[in-house]
Amino acid sequence: MSSLTANANSAEFDSNELNALVHEHHDTGGNTVFGFWLYLMTDCLLFASFFATYAVLYMNTAGGVSGKDIFELGFVGVETAALLLSSITFGFAMISAHAQKKAYTLAWLMVTFALGAIFIGMEVYEFHHLIEHGNGPQQSAFLTSFFSLVGLHGLHVTAGLVWMTVMMIEVMRRGLTSQTTTRLSCLSLFWHFLDVVWICVFTVVYLMGAM
Amino acid sequence: MSHSESQIIEQFAHQQDTEAEHGSVKSYLIGFLLSVVLTLIPFAMVISGDYSKTITIWTIVTMAIIQIWVHLKYFLHLNFVTEEGKASTLSFLFSALVIVMVVGLSVWIIYESNAMMMY
Repeated sequence: MSSLTANANSAEFDSNELNALVHEHHDTGGNTVFGFWLYLMTDCLLFASFFATYAVLYMNTAGGVSGKDIFELGFVGVETAALLLSSITFGFAMISAHAQKKAYTLAWLMVTFALGAIFIGMEVYEFHHLIEHGNGPQQSAFLTSFFSLVGLHGLHVTAGLVWMTVMMIEVMRRGLTSQTTTRLSCLSLFWHFLDVVWICVFTVVYLMGAM
Repeated sequence: MSHSESQIIEQFAHQQDTEAEHGSVKSYLIGFLLSVVLTLIPFAMVISGDYSKTITIWTIVTMAIIQIWVHLKYFLHLNFVTEEGKASTLSFLFSALVIVMVVGLSVWIIYESNAMMMY
């Protein structure tokens, strides 16, 4: 009788220990994602200071072009569509990753990558077009702050594309281990965060500038 | 309560947690459709130029704020339900406060000093 109780107790202890282990493991991934979120919040502050600079300097065109002369809203609309679509395709990649569907995860990541590449390609074209027509960043305080703010966002998206390439190789080689899924979650936060920043960019820079 | 019953409840709670953390196809689609509408309205408004400058600015800023909220809820899964969701949401709200001070006060100070230099 007493040995039975002891057995039951030890069984209970084992299941408790197991629970603790499972939760501890779960928390480690959660802590990583939360830490990455905190980094994104500091990145927010970096973008905020670039926005403040742009808001202060956008009227100082030094006799050159203003936003009204150079912004083409149709073009920006397509860029916005590409980035917004890439957000939802990354969402589908994450759903596939949590469901342990490797092929779907890779396919959605590739679609996301292609949409991100379209966005960056269009932005490089826009910058090249402006510089070619003598409206480079050195022409006025407005253009300096414009190239800095939009360029900073573009650099982030480019970094996201490099990271996405690395993650696709990792998923191909290792499959969807819990560590890989945690890394994908961080990249997902990064990518969606860049879309949120883009909402501010197209509203403050392009829409207000073209009015 | 039988063992299987508590297991089902646990599974259900876990499912709720994962949905809050990772989202579902449905929640992503809702977020996407809302974002499309909230992007089309301000673009159409500025391109058509039918409304006064004040109305247009207030509308596009409001649409942007609503769309940021949509992204935070449906794509970044900020919430007050899970423990991690709470921590993330609170750290975001703190950053938002700092950003409002950095951007808002900078712009206010610079515009005021500009006005004083001119007149």
